[in-house]
Amino acid sequence: MGFVIVSENSLLTIQHVDTAFKVNGQFYNAITDVSLDLYPDEILAIVGESGCGKSTLATSVIGLHNMSSTEISGSIVYHQRVVKEDGSISIKDHELVGMSADEMNALRGNDMGMIFQDPLAALNPLMRIGDQIKENLDFHTTMSEEEKRARVIELLDQVGIPKPERVAKMYPHELSGGMRQRVIIAIAIACKPDVIIADEPTTALDVTIQAQILDLLRDIQEEKHAGVILITHDLGVVAETADRVAVMYAGQIVEVGSTKQIFENPKHPYTRSLLRSMPQADSENDDLYVIDGMVPSLKNMPQKGCRFAPRVSWIPVSEHEEDPVMHEVEPGHEVRCTCYKNFKFPDEEQVDEQ
Amino acid sequence: MSESKDLITIKDLCVHYPIRSGFFNRITDYVYAVDGVNFTIKAGQSYGIIGESGSGKSTIGKTIVGLEKATHGQIIYDGYDVTKRKNRKKHKYNKDVQMIFQDSLSSLNPRKKILDIIAEPIRNFEDFTEDQVKARVAELLNIVGLEEEAMYKFPHQFSGGQRQRIGVARAVASNPKLIIADEPVSALDLSVQAQVLNYMKKIQKDLGISYMFISHDLGVVYHMCDNLAIMHRGKFVEIGSRDDIYNHPQHIYTKRLLAAIPQVDVEHRDEHRAYRKQVEKEFTENQDKWYDEDGKVYDLRQISETHWVALPDAGEEK
Repeated sequence: MGFVIVSENSLLTIQHVDTAFKVNGQFYNAITDVSLDLYPDEILAIVGESGCGKSTLATSVIGLHNMSSTEISGSIVYHQRVVKEDGSISIKDHELVGMSADEMNALRGNDMGMIFQDPLAALNPLMRIGDQIKENLDFHTTMSEEEKRARVIELLDQVGIPKPERVAKMYPHELSGGMRQRVIIAIAIACKPDVIIADEPTTALDVTIQAQILDLLRDIQEEKHAGVILITHDLGVVAETADRVAVMYAGQIVEVGSTKQIFENPKHPYTRSLLRSMPQADSENDDLYVIDGMVPSLKNMPQKGCRFAPRVSWIPVSEHEEDPVMHEVEPGHEVRCTCYKNFKFPDEEQVDEQ
Repeated sequence: MSESKDLITIKDLCVHYPIRSGFFNRITDYVYAVDGVNFTIKAGQSYGIIGESGSGKSTIGKTIVGLEKATHGQIIYDGYDVTKRKNRKKHKYNKDVQMIFQDSLSSLNPRKKILDIIAEPIRNFEDFTEDQVKARVAELLNIVGLEEEAMYKFPHQFSGGQRQRIGVARAVASNPKLIIADEPVSALDLSVQAQVLNYMKKIQKDLGISYMFISHDLGVVYHMCDNLAIMHRGKFVEIGSRDDIYNHPQHIYTKRLLAAIPQVDVEHRDEHRAYRKQVEKEFTENQDKWYDEDGKVYDLRQISETHWVALPDAGEEK
């Protein structure tokens, strides 16, 4: 693919991934033909409405699907950096699709960490905070008990929890939402992973706490030169933290570009519609833009043509491609389908005529 | 703006929850959820209450509708104190004040059809025949942009945005004068959120309802409300018009909240970040300048016609 950085340097190479779920004995694609690269030292945001396949993509990478009712095809390659004895770095490739559970367990938590949306549900209510963080170290490292305990305190301190010794002995219900999310982050980064997947990490938090958590995420990413996949539906969060953005609609990536490209020069009708429906400072007395219709459900996902077409019904059929593919608009900025070229919102046309 | 009449006046409202502990389960302390709030709601206006979780904003809303008992203070409606249950009934207060909840699924009875859900307030407060009720429900569904057939379905057959619109229809059913909306769109996707907000705005314009919008999403509140109140530790720290709060915030807590909203301005995001950190630093370092010795918020002081701020006396400032 035509990215600026050559893909040999990437951490994750996702190519033509389809993930299908079994519903009533039949498989339906939740995501279709997703190709993406994640590089070290970047935060890649994935945005879209609920039901667009953002979380499915993340869980496909980290292998959290129930494989008896899921089918994944395509390839997700993780390029593991192995430091040799003489200090040089060699790269070992791991194919994550179809990997055995044992191999996956060795990578998950160690090389790849995940931060979940609901910190209370992700923590074990019957286990002390310190033990939950230590669990990861028990599994992946050969540290002594003493070292592990010290590392747990260090991690809690790193994620900005005051009095880490005390908090390590507490249970999840004794902490506030923001503190719990910090604990989740501490667990995710315990083994210094190269890849961190954050699935709506701040959706359940207040704005001030959200800002702190995002800052923390950014600091950790910079320090470890990790690659972060940030899944969110909050465009403000994306604009503030991401380096690159992938917009997903109905299981497909419809636009990829740097944050600047996406926000200052959005191309795909879906991206433009989303940006337009945000309540903003200058929109106080106008109606907000509403996208017609809704995201198709898994069973009714159109498999042919531009999937966004039904929601921009005023655009003639001839504008869409029969089988939409990604087109490069500028280096690093790609858009699916040709309908973006002459796309206008219904009320914009009137302005042009005058 | 000032000609519209006062709908509800809240005087020194306090809601304290007892903390019980010890062997005899005696009351040992109180949680000061709402601690002395004064405020007036005018007819046809919209008010936003903003604060972090735990600041007491939802408690205010619940106390006004009567879901929570006020420990102290008065809610005056039409000249009567409606903190007493008897008065609420006598003066049709329950009909005139309605609420929209955050979680649309748990606020609609899963065993009832939409018709019965929306008709409940109508049957309670109006003397309608069953045909009239049906016609009214159809009209209400129409207002929130749903098909008439929707009344024969159950809540689970709708999407989140549609359900929230049903919640709006139910709140409007009894022709209320005030609707309290507690985080009505925070569980919804962006474009669905836009839809619900548009309907709420339209209803306000057409029916002249006052809104009290409780939220932690400052973008939404900015879009919906002309008057804003920032709440912290059970008290208001700043009250003012939209312009006062967003363009001339005075209290450090307001500044901190505003700085924390993510901006869609990729060009200047580093500067915005630096500013946020600076405000955060000032907030943590100069607590004593903005809060009294017990960590409580000062009483509000008027600084312009529409703008009140909780600052110590003028002489002590800076």
